[in-house]
Amino acid sequence: MAQAVLRRGAPNVIPGFTPSLALSLCAVGCIVLLPIAAVILTMSGITGAQLWHLAASSRAIDSYRVTFGSALIAAAIDTVVGLAIAWVLVRYRFPGRRVLDLAIDIPFALPTAVAGIALATLYNDRGWLGAPAAAHGIHVAFTQLGIVVAMVFVGLPFAVRTVASVLSELPHELDEAAETLGSRQPNTFLRVTLPLLAPAMLVGFSMALARGIGEYGSIIFIAGNLPHRTEITAILIITRLEEYDYQGATALAAVMLAASFVLILIINVLQRRVRWPGL
Amino acid sequence: MAGSVVRKPSVAATVLIGACAAFVATFVLMPFVVVFAQAFGGGIAAMRTLFVQGEAMHAMGLTAIITIAALAVNASVGLLIAWTLSKYRFHGKALLSAIVDLPLSVSPVVAGLAILLAFGSRSPLGIWFAAHGVKLVFALPALVMATVFVTFPFIAREVAAVMDEQGRQLEEAALTLGARLPSVFWRVTLPNVRFALLNGMILCGARAMGEFGAVSVVSGKIRGQTETIPLYIEALYNEYNVSGAFAMALVLVIATVAAIALRIALARRYAHQ
Repeated sequence: MAQAVLRRGAPNVIPGFTPSLALSLCAVGCIVLLPIAAVILTMSGITGAQLWHLAASSRAIDSYRVTFGSALIAAAIDTVVGLAIAWVLVRYRFPGRRVLDLAIDIPFALPTAVAGIALATLYNDRGWLGAPAAAHGIHVAFTQLGIVVAMVFVGLPFAVRTVASVLSELPHELDEAAETLGSRQPNTFLRVTLPLLAPAMLVGFSMALARGIGEYGSIIFIAGNLPHRTEITAILIITRLEEYDYQGATALAAVMLAASFVLILIINVLQRRVRWPGL
Repeated sequence: MAGSVVRKPSVAATVLIGACAAFVATFVLMPFVVVFAQAFGGGIAAMRTLFVQGEAMHAMGLTAIITIAALAVNASVGLLIAWTLSKYRFHGKALLSAIVDLPLSVSPVVAGLAILLAFGSRSPLGIWFAAHGVKLVFALPALVMATVFVTFPFIAREVAAVMDEQGRQLEEAALTLGARLPSVFWRVTLPNVRFALLNGMILCGARAMGEFGAVSVVSGKIRGQTETIPLYIEALYNEYNVSGAFAMALVLVIATVAAIALRIALARRYAHQ
């Protein structure tokens, strides 16, 4: 035993590896993998032609366009605004900074159904924000703009927190050094700071995108849920389920799962220790 | 330490701060404020009539049961997985860790569908349980399973991060001194991660209370039976009982704000760790 301890770096000095791993795999298998496997198994029971018919119907294609299109726009907005907010929070001290910092986490804290009815109430044509917009001819609720607004809301904390955590560890001397060497401030930002933040921004973007694509609760109340126009894929899945069309729902879910897997892959490649921010 | 180097805001910076504050106030703070305005908009009397109704009480009770069940499952499984991930070396550790994080990027609706397909009346498991008189889907078991799936990563990753930082020396020392493995876990490992465990449980609980998409798919929305608080909010809102919906929403918001306050208080208390 003493010898085993002395061999530092030796694998698994602590006993109980086999039962620990076996129990962990069993738990992960039952809780996470079994349901995912059921989706893949159901999908494999559908023939190729049928799958194409179900996953590539014009209504399905339009739902992807609305979902992925809105999520891309929202994630892009979140990334730009998130960078500005992270910069402000980390680099400056000003009155109200603590409130701003706390407010960023509101989308994490507000349950999605609550966020959904709040956004719908706020942005309908008689709402606090919807009425002034409608006066200018902009209708937010029941249009794709409403979907984007809801996705911006749920994705913002991811964009802020991923960038802020990298920015706060960035040695300040870097931009000072650049400025001492004669670089002007905007130049310093573009050529020194921004490249260092780019990976974190991309992670934040991917997380906001993943969240936007999968979002349901915050969107159903503000989106019109009109087929081909304001119907997101998650809502189409629910519609298929209500028609007891399990295969149709599964085909759509497979497309969304594939998108999730690609995004997880990107996030894991970019960030060695993935830390999903939360609450 | 970069965090301590702080600039005095210049004019341009003041404009930037103002713009950020305006954006957050409009798009993030307003939806939060509107919950309170609408909840009290119907008057206190309207709120009271809502809460004395059996349906509201039932929804709150059901959400409490599901949340406690999800906490119990995810706390025990989370500790186990964190232990395995941080105290041993093995191939495929990164894969296991990625699978633990998987539910974070799966749409709640897809998660609900997955539970439905795995345990529903057409699946082998669902058929077997039905033959033994147990209804899984459109009943409490599936509500719990959907919630466990969605909140699965929170406790495991909070605890794993801290266990990882603390390394294996303490456990190895205890073992050298003759302690047996279970007592090493209970008396050495667990006390050192209790802050992370509590923290993860708060995150998990807050998320479990408000889970909507996944629960919505597997509940069947049987009124007064499988209706959690978020599902009841949806039902009220769709019946044009807006102030009722926001009054129920307020219950959830107060619970989540309490969770955040608890988290901040914990962080202060355990600041030295």
